[in-house]
Amino acid sequence: MSELADVCVVALAEAFRGDGEIFASGMGTIPMLAARLARATFEPDLLVSDGEAFFIDGDLPLGATDKAIEGWIPFRSVFDTLWSGRRHVIMGASQIDREGNQNISNIGPWHRPKAQLLGVRGAPGNTVNHVTSYFVPNHSTRVFVERVDMVSGVGYARAAAAGGWIAAHHEIRRVVTNKAVLDFEGPDHAPRLRSVHPGVSADDVIASTGFPLVVADDVPVSRSPSTEEGGALARLDPNGLRHREVKA
Amino acid sequence: MTDKRCTEDEAVAELRDGMTVGLGGWASRRKPMSVVRAILRSGVRDLTVVSYGGPDVGLLCASGRVRKLVYGFVSLDTIPLEPHFRAARQAGSLAELEELDEGMLQWGLYAASLRLPFLPTRAGLGSDVMTVNPRLRTVRSPYDDSEELVAMPALELDAAFVHLNRADARGNAQFLGPDLYFDDLFLGAASTRRFVSCEQIVATADLGSASFLTMRVNRSMVDGVIEAPGGAHFTSCEPDYGRDEAFQRAYASAAADPEAWPAFRARFLDGSEADYLAAVQAWRDSEGKS
Repeated sequence: MSELADVCVVALAEAFRGDGEIFASGMGTIPMLAARLARATFEPDLLVSDGEAFFIDGDLPLGATDKAIEGWIPFRSVFDTLWSGRRHVIMGASQIDREGNQNISNIGPWHRPKAQLLGVRGAPGNTVNHVTSYFVPNHSTRVFVERVDMVSGVGYARAAAAGGWIAAHHEIRRVVTNKAVLDFEGPDHAPRLRSVHPGVSADDVIASTGFPLVVADDVPVSRSPSTEEGGALARLDPNGLRHREVKA
Repeated sequence: MTDKRCTEDEAVAELRDGMTVGLGGWASRRKPMSVVRAILRSGVRDLTVVSYGGPDVGLLCASGRVRKLVYGFVSLDTIPLEPHFRAARQAGSLAELEELDEGMLQWGLYAASLRLPFLPTRAGLGSDVMTVNPRLRTVRSPYDDSEELVAMPALELDAAFVHLNRADARGNAQFLGPDLYFDDLFLGAASTRRFVSCEQIVATADLGSASFLTMRVNRSMVDGVIEAPGGAHFTSCEPDYGRDEAFQRAYASAAADPEAWPAFRARFLDGSEADYLAAVQAWRDSEGKS
């Protein structure tokens, strides 16, 4: 059986399948590795960055600094690119609710939070302009809540209410966790259990999620890396940094 | 030709209580930290601070000088959460807050620099940014699409401070690292009290030794130039120096501990900028990191 981090990286790389020539952007070790893995294998036209200000040319292992570049992507160009729609970002999430709203700003009331986190960052603009996916390394009812405390990333109901243009360009493609892959492909964008990771039961996922999921009778198991992907992972993360980021 | 050289303390002496101050850089990258340290030494209060926030925001919050904060995030990058900012938010000690999408912040600075009342954007729509900022308004496109957009208001600044790699004494300045961030827009959003601190003041001709693409700040955008070697410390100032991760860890650990903070502040922040740099060097020597 594959290791959990490998399954997570492959599931996130799958989120980029079919994206073509866009900026595949990943926040954090595992999402960044997923973008590089997708580009190194089945989605070769993706643009991926070093996480600083350059598009990298060819494979760049995590943590390596000796890079070949194919372009410059300072923050201002990131904003221009995201407003153009030619981007798909994988962000983290401290909370996600059944409508796909995401929170990275604060826990508790905004006016005086119990726990201040990052702030909304780019989540409001990302989600109304291009495809967004999320990575949650700690699948629990603390993260998957009925209603997020602060809507940073916009979910389906709010996107629909914000107007036709936004509804047409809004997509929360995947939520990959340490237990499963979720999407919003249930009826009326209801959250759905897309697959469970090897060794995880659907009941475990349901119990760890604070809202109902659409669950098929026979939930698929998240796939393991192919031989080619396994080789690419060894190349792109030779020190196994991904394994420090996620626990069962 | 005007020689605009001045010190941090002279620049900060132009601030008045209640002013709106923009600070360039991004999170823990190329922050005008020597100016922030000068603000800590000054008596100025009730500031509105506009920033892609890092330790600049944390330090100013901890000193009780901030009345209002305009921000999209506050982070130390390699340490995601800023302890002083968290403490201030959780204690409810900031009188007023404007939390915005990162792009809205850019748009507000850009609108101010173009002397426009607002710029339209979709960023913010549908999110709680619209809920927690009741002053935000929307505007309808006058064209056939008649789409409703956020009218991001201009963020006009009373003073702006950025830290760049090189400048001449007249205020032409350049960045040599990978990203200008939004420093030109911070300077543009203020009509006066626009200060560039820099690692080194050089002869105008020497600015041409790097690509012309690095010359993004011209002297019409600048009122004062501060030579501040190490002025971004402990944030990064590529390629002159990277982030001082060891010192940042020491800062973050002291900032997270109300009992440890007064000693850290006394050791590093209560004296002059020269005292700060000497105290950091002594700390490095004692940590074996020289």
